[in-house]
Amino acid sequence: MRFGHVLHLFSTAGSDALRPAGVCRRGPARARPGPRRYGDSAGGCHGGEGERRGDIGCIVRSLGCFPSEAELRELLAKLVQEEEDEEATRFIHMEKFLPVMTKVLLDRSYWPIREDVLLHAFEALDENKCGYITKEDLVKYLTEEGEPFTEEEMEEMLSIALDPETDTLHYRDYLSKLVVDETKIFPFHV
Amino acid sequence: MGCNRSVPDRRSERVIKAAILIQKWYRATMARIEMRRRYSLSIFRSIEYADEQDQLQLSKFFSFMLDHYTNLDSVSPISTSPTDPQVVGECLHITEFEEKIDVPDSYYGPRLSFPLTVGDANALIHAFRNKQRLHPHYVLQLLCETRRVLKLMPNITHLSTSYSKDITICGDLHGNLDDLLLIFYKNGVPSEQNRYVFNGDYVDRGKNSLEILIILFAFFLIYPNNISLNRGNHEDYLMNLRYGFTKEVSSKYKEHSTQILYLLQDVFSWLPLATIIDNKVLILHGGISDTTNLDFLKALERNKLKSLLRPPKSAGGRHDQKEGISTTGLSKHTANQHDAGKTQHDSSLSSTEPSGSNLPAGPTQEEWKQILDVLWSDPRSQNGCKPNKSRGAGCYFGPDVTAKIFQRYNLKILIRSHEFKREGYDISHGGKVITIFSASNYYEEGSNRGAYVKLDPELIPRFVQFQSSKHTRSLNILERVGTIESSALKSLQELIYAHRSELISAFAQYDLNGTGCISVPDWAAAMESVLKLELPWRMLRPRLAQMNPDGQVDFMSCFYDLKMDQPIKEAQPALVETLCRYRKDLEIIFNIINKDNSGLISLEEFSQTWRLFTSHVGIDVQDDSLDKLVLSIDHNKDGHIDFNEFLEAFHFVHRVEEKENS
Repeated sequence: MRFGHVLHLFSTAGSDALRPAGVCRRGPARARPGPRRYGDSAGGCHGGEGERRGDIGCIVRSLGCFPSEAELRELLAKLVQEEEDEEATRFIHMEKFLPVMTKVLLDRSYWPIREDVLLHAFEALDENKCGYITKEDLVKYLTEEGEPFTEEEMEEMLSIALDPETDTLHYRDYLSKLVVDETKIFPFHV
Repeated sequence: MGCNRSVPDRRSERVIKAAILIQKWYRATMARIEMRRRYSLSIFRSIEYADEQDQLQLSKFFSFMLDHYTNLDSVSPISTSPTDPQVVGECLHITEFEEKIDVPDSYYGPRLSFPLTVGDANALIHAFRNKQRLHPHYVLQLLCETRRVLKLMPNITHLSTSYSKDITICGDLHGNLDDLLLIFYKNGVPSEQNRYVFNGDYVDRGKNSLEILIILFAFFLIYPNNISLNRGNHEDYLMNLRYGFTKEVSSKYKEHSTQILYLLQDVFSWLPLATIIDNKVLILHGGISDTTNLDFLKALERNKLKSLLRPPKSAGGRHDQKEGISTTGLSKHTANQHDAGKTQHDSSLSSTEPSGSNLPAGPTQEEWKQILDVLWSDPRSQNGCKPNKSRGAGCYFGPDVTAKIFQRYNLKILIRSHEFKREGYDISHGGKVITIFSASNYYEEGSNRGAYVKLDPELIPRFVQFQSSKHTRSLNILERVGTIESSALKSLQELIYAHRSELISAFAQYDLNGTGCISVPDWAAAMESVLKLELPWRMLRPRLAQMNPDGQVDFMSCFYDLKMDQPIKEAQPALVETLCRYRKDLEIIFNIINKDNSGLISLEEFSQTWRLFTSHVGIDVQDDSLDKLVLSIDHNKDGHIDFNEFLEAFHFVHRVEEKENS
């Protein structure tokens, strides 16, 4: 199984930039994970080096998984055994993380979303079936329904997706722009 | 709730499911983009540190070259030891420049008059915004005057928050004038009410190092008690040779660059080492070590260390075991030259001469180490104090080291810079250590924010971030990361290509059947062992090498995207590879030899230097191959070669670019 590289992905990630603070390779025994704030940042990766939360979500997702926020919380719950006080450094040990993550990959949990399925999803939001969604509708759906986007996430998506002249998202073009890019780079689908 | 539920409900259920799906997918996509950004920054940083380490390794060689090529007849500062009395004498009085360098009427740039006023400072800012150049006459005057005032400052500046509202502390600027101007725009220019501490690394890498220095020095002269300029590890002429500042000055000031650079060497050595606010906040460029002694630092003669990359010679001219090349023979040679030449000697300008001559001693080993630690160290989360392996100088200091120093000197916060931070700042050691980095877009457009920190009279820090941009519309994240990533990968590919031979033999060791393919773990191991960069190789593999259908790496595909320009057909590939790899180092070395700034060196010097260099670095190159090469590039057969032209020929060509350009 090629999941062996999962272990090495983090062990070779020597510098701080890619050894996210959320996973501690060999920390002092006393560094126990603190409570994860399960707010909007649980899955996002917008923090700078000063922030510690959200790294686990980043890692899981970059390994080719597509968990929802709720699924991530479940996963974190498995890793975080007890509640700690606010001051704890909120690290998770590699030794704990790896078996859990390996199982996720073997079980093919959070399986990738196929492009046609994604297309259907956009079409479901496109009431009039015109091939595009207006900015207002997009914002409404994605910040009010499901697992809502934060303001930052919404803005970011709009900046890539929106056609500035018409303020609409032509979802077929959008998908072709992003999906193709990704599969070339992250062939981690186990 | 109510009738008619079924159809709308089904629809909203679908909508919710669709929304979740899109959100799931989007977040995963963003996470992957984030990973790309992180590994790109990781690449930049690893290469930068490895480069700095190389530089330090070679510094012994550079020192040797500098000593060997000392010649009192010439005035070139690059090749003389930094105490040539002729040039020094010239710098003692500002008025010298008024007589020696004329400012023509046609010059429309700022004309400074001393003592400087705020009007002068604003004129400078205005001029530099409009890409004007300050006349060398004024540059030299400014530097001279700055030196005079800096000499009056102690090694550690003490500031107090009681007179003003806040004190603003800025970190590395590295020649990014846009960032300095942005800081002044957001936070106001320095004044009696608006005090600043600048924490070193004003120069190198960016394009406007000199302009930044001029502006900062101008404000310093106007408000010497309200702006504090700490020294960074880049305020060092040997660093400048490699990282771009020397080149910047030479290209902006051609004839006068020599004088300017020479004077700067001195000015840099007079920059204070640290600033302390209210006896509670210690501000210095790098960090501390377990032996850092503030009292010792206060007392030493800081200007004795012009460059931290030249280890001090041991007393009595003994063999220093650290030096790779025995320089005792050379030391005697230098001593003789110096004895003969020195006329007057200003005691505050002592040099690193061996004792045995009746000159003031150079810095001691202890003094060197203390300053090196302060300017080069980095904090780490593990306890203890270990040598800083990434940089090759200074230490890694842990929270226990910080705690001990704080206890000893009754400190509350340590503010330092020196390390790239994506958000412009970082807090570590439980809030005790703040890193502040003010050069936004440091590696590449969009790579990071810059920041500055403001301390109020309660000494509570408040951070302000910023990012300068040359685009009129802001790039979206895909574009930003794309730019950073391609830039990082390009640098990495060049490094890979520069180590081609070694990599091929490393790969071959895993390829027992000679198939040309090896497993991913083997490939990653080989890459790491040869390049010595701790990078996530497995994640980078798709960008660097191709995979065959069996999931093995076709290792020769690493080299497909690049090739080396084969400038001369006589050159053997191994030699060309070596020249490409060490191009930057050779540039520095040739500049050292090139006393008259002509760009020409003799064939003899070239060969000799090359031999010394290769033996020092441990490369095995056949003797005759270089001779043939050299003969072939001496086009007019006059026994001299233009080394800049020569070195220009050895560079990497990215095949993709080639196709685009053709």
